[in-house]
Amino acid sequence: MLSLFKFKGGVKPQTNKTQSVSEPIAVAPLPSRLFVPLHQSIGGTPQPLVQAGDRVLKGQLIGAADGWISSAVHAPTSGTVRTIAEHVAAHPSGLTTLSVEIEPDGKDEWIERTPIDYATLPPERVRELLREAGVVGLGGAVFPTHGKLTASKTVPMDELVINGAECEPFITCDDLLMRERAEEVIRGVGIFRDLLQPKRVLIGIEDNKPEAVAALQAAVAKLGEKFEVIAVPTRYPAGGAKQLIRVLTGKEVPSTKRSTDLGVQCFNVATAYTAWRAVTHGEPVISRIVTLTGNVERPRNWEALIGTPLSEFVALGQPKADTNGYLMGGPMMGFEMPAMDAPLVKATNCIIAGSPTLFPPKAPEMPCIRCGECAKVCPHELQPFEMYWFSRAHNFGKTQEYHIFDCIECGCCSFVCPSRIPLVQYFRFAKSEIWAREKEKNAADQAKARFEWKTEREEREKAEKAEKLARAAAAQAAKKAAEAAAAAATPAAASDATPEPATETAVAVTAQALLPAATEPATTTDAPVDAEAAKKAAIAAAMERARAQRAAIQPKNTENLTLLQQKDIAAVDALRQQAGIEPSPAAEAEEPKS
Amino acid sequence: MDFSTPPYLLKNASVQRVMLQVLAALLPGIAAYVWIFGPIILVQLALTTATALAAEAAMLKLREKPLAMFVSDGSAIVTAWLIALTFPPLSPWWLVVAGTLFAVVIAKHLYGGLGQNPFNPAMVAFAVCIVSFPALMSQWPSVGLQVSFADQARVVFGMMPRLDAISGATPLDTLKTALKLEEGTVSVTQLLADQTVYGFFAGRGWEWVTGGYLLGGIFLLWRGIISWHAPLSFIAGLTLLSGALWAWHPAQFANPFFHLFSGGAMLGAWFIVTDPVSGCTTTKGKLIFGFVAGALAYLIRVFGGYPDGVAFAVLLMNICVPLIDHYTQPAIFGMKDKP
Repeated sequence: MLSLFKFKGGVKPQTNKTQSVSEPIAVAPLPSRLFVPLHQSIGGTPQPLVQAGDRVLKGQLIGAADGWISSAVHAPTSGTVRTIAEHVAAHPSGLTTLSVEIEPDGKDEWIERTPIDYATLPPERVRELLREAGVVGLGGAVFPTHGKLTASKTVPMDELVINGAECEPFITCDDLLMRERAEEVIRGVGIFRDLLQPKRVLIGIEDNKPEAVAALQAAVAKLGEKFEVIAVPTRYPAGGAKQLIRVLTGKEVPSTKRSTDLGVQCFNVATAYTAWRAVTHGEPVISRIVTLTGNVERPRNWEALIGTPLSEFVALGQPKADTNGYLMGGPMMGFEMPAMDAPLVKATNCIIAGSPTLFPPKAPEMPCIRCGECAKVCPHELQPFEMYWFSRAHNFGKTQEYHIFDCIECGCCSFVCPSRIPLVQYFRFAKSEIWAREKEKNAADQAKARFEWKTEREEREKAEKAEKLARAAAAQAAKKAAEAAAAAATPAAASDATPEPATETAVAVTAQALLPAATEPATTTDAPVDAEAAKKAAIAAAMERARAQRAAIQPKNTENLTLLQQKDIAAVDALRQQAGIEPSPAAEAEEPKS
Repeated sequence: MDFSTPPYLLKNASVQRVMLQVLAALLPGIAAYVWIFGPIILVQLALTTATALAAEAAMLKLREKPLAMFVSDGSAIVTAWLIALTFPPLSPWWLVVAGTLFAVVIAKHLYGGLGQNPFNPAMVAFAVCIVSFPALMSQWPSVGLQVSFADQARVVFGMMPRLDAISGATPLDTLKTALKLEEGTVSVTQLLADQTVYGFFAGRGWEWVTGGYLLGGIFLLWRGIISWHAPLSFIAGLTLLSGALWAWHPAQFANPFFHLFSGGAMLGAWFIVTDPVSGCTTTKGKLIFGFVAGALAYLIRVFGGYPDGVAFAVLLMNICVPLIDHYTQPAIFGMKDKP
């Protein structure tokens, strides 16, 4: 039997999980509309591959992964694309995000699916398959899974940790998935194992889910795997990746390192399940299991399509009359859904209908009395009250000294605070301020670098110009001298005087041109007419060079543009062309990223 | 539903709950106090509580802070009770009121109110009064004397002259004075044998009161309101130093047990050095704070000029809190290998 480790801190809120586990997972009926956001993972935003009016099939690619850390998006059912437009996102801000609106045709007609035996494929191809199938971390972070499936080159892979802890109160989607689809979860874990080649595979489940533990153990035995299914003590946030890694392996992954640097990697059970479906059944991630619980008549788990509007989803559970809002995620780290037409996304593990009795209004914030409860429960062993103090004082340097970026925002500190201080909010504020300032500083640094580069270039061009000019003048002078010499052949009287100064001038000019600082064609005073011509020639040459340079420059930073940015650029270019100015690559490169 | 910020689930905790439990923890000690010295302490408790609440309300009003929320948080009452329990029970009313006003107005609100005071307000009150009125602050009721409650109240409210007969020094003070007066001719063991003054082990009557504080401390520990670090290290500091000197010269120095259960040691250990606002916050810091405070309290009470040293020891350590906290920051998750 494996001996478990402990992580410090943590809290034990009411789990509230029993309400939603009495019924099996049900497949949610097709909604009338789907709003599928293109950006559903960490990393690049996929470009839409369909247009309004297109008919799409279930599982059809509608947004291809953009860059390596990005993940594809697919049509959750067959139907017609109505619009590709900004739609309210499943995000507390209430901001919009580019989404594909699909009107289902009710046929639920699949694309052609090709089952693959992944053992026949090279590992890179399997990673690509996962990327193309939109497999992302379904524990909530939605990090593209294929990006985590490469072991460190220097550190041997010791443990693969599979996270079935599900520590947040109310949420039971992973519990039910493990109970009902244990075999496929284990097969999915097998894919991860084959790609990472760890020495051990540890599956951690909080001990309040004995059915899930038993189901996975049975599946492991049935498939003849050597995975260890381990019940871990129920204590929030045991399901945090770093906490679970600590509990199962004793390793502490600091914020400055990747877990693979310590020879360990962690995936959620639902991610393993979708990986299996994607690789061997050719089914991309178009649905997920969502717990619908809280203030509803019928709490249970639903397999719902990505893009289902919140209003249609919650109707399945029959919200009670005093429901006054919906949380996405758990009550510890979740957030209020900003609108009823906000869609379910890959990160949506749970929807909790709230009511004044379920989540009573918070008492007003009191001053901190430094009781240290927050420090006692912090799983990262931080001093939250100190970070609070400095966040409040806008002393962000100090918050970093107290390791604010090690805060995982689990909410344990706010949970226990007797003064009811929304500590996590203070930390988010401090973090975003620090990020904003860093961005500002980077922008300033870049501007400075650009300015310096420009000055340097201007000076170099000046020098080059002078050199060219001098060379032209010298050539002219030499030519003149030659002419003069030829002319002198007949009038012998002038023969001695003229060629000599001309040669001298030529020599002087060449000498001057060798000095880069000599920008003024001082020597032209000797031959004003030639200098005028030379100047014109030089200007013409410079213009020609500039044109050639412009043509040669490739646009920069244009690979990762979103659709909106591209539209903006197209509009600017059109205007410029109307005004008779050529599209300037330099201007494009300087387009603001947002 | 309050959607302002996650987490949406909160533990049932509040400043008021913390303070009420501290008050509850003081009850066993107060009960013993009443039993030994009579109900006059209740008058003092009422006096300090009323003064503290009035001062708190006035200061909140002046500072334009929400009145009801802060007056009801219970912190002023904790300060008031600690003042009443550290002052001699027959102190004149104006002394107790002045001490309380000083604690609430100057030590607490002028520094920013709840959570902002660098010094423990009750200890500030005690220190200010013992420095200003050393004689009054050293007159404790003699346990053997039976004075009616009415007469005690008359003494407190200045309607009856203060009689030397009804009050005297604490056993701790008595011991110190006796040792000083009869230097070399009398041993601590002989003195402590006098049960009319020193009771079973630490001063007649007092041992029960301080035992009550210990009980309260254990309650707070059990409730998770305080951690063991500061109180146990305070006791350790006091015990080790007094124990070493006692072992070296038992005729000259009282045993650690006597020191722990006399004077303000127990109240200090469980209710003063555990004050979160003015104490250290890190685990190591709490250990240092408690230990040094315990040792200092012993040094001041045995070698200093005052009857007890807990208040001065705590105030001295309050000054050191930012320094101690700064140098005792714990290593965080994942960073423990680094120096």
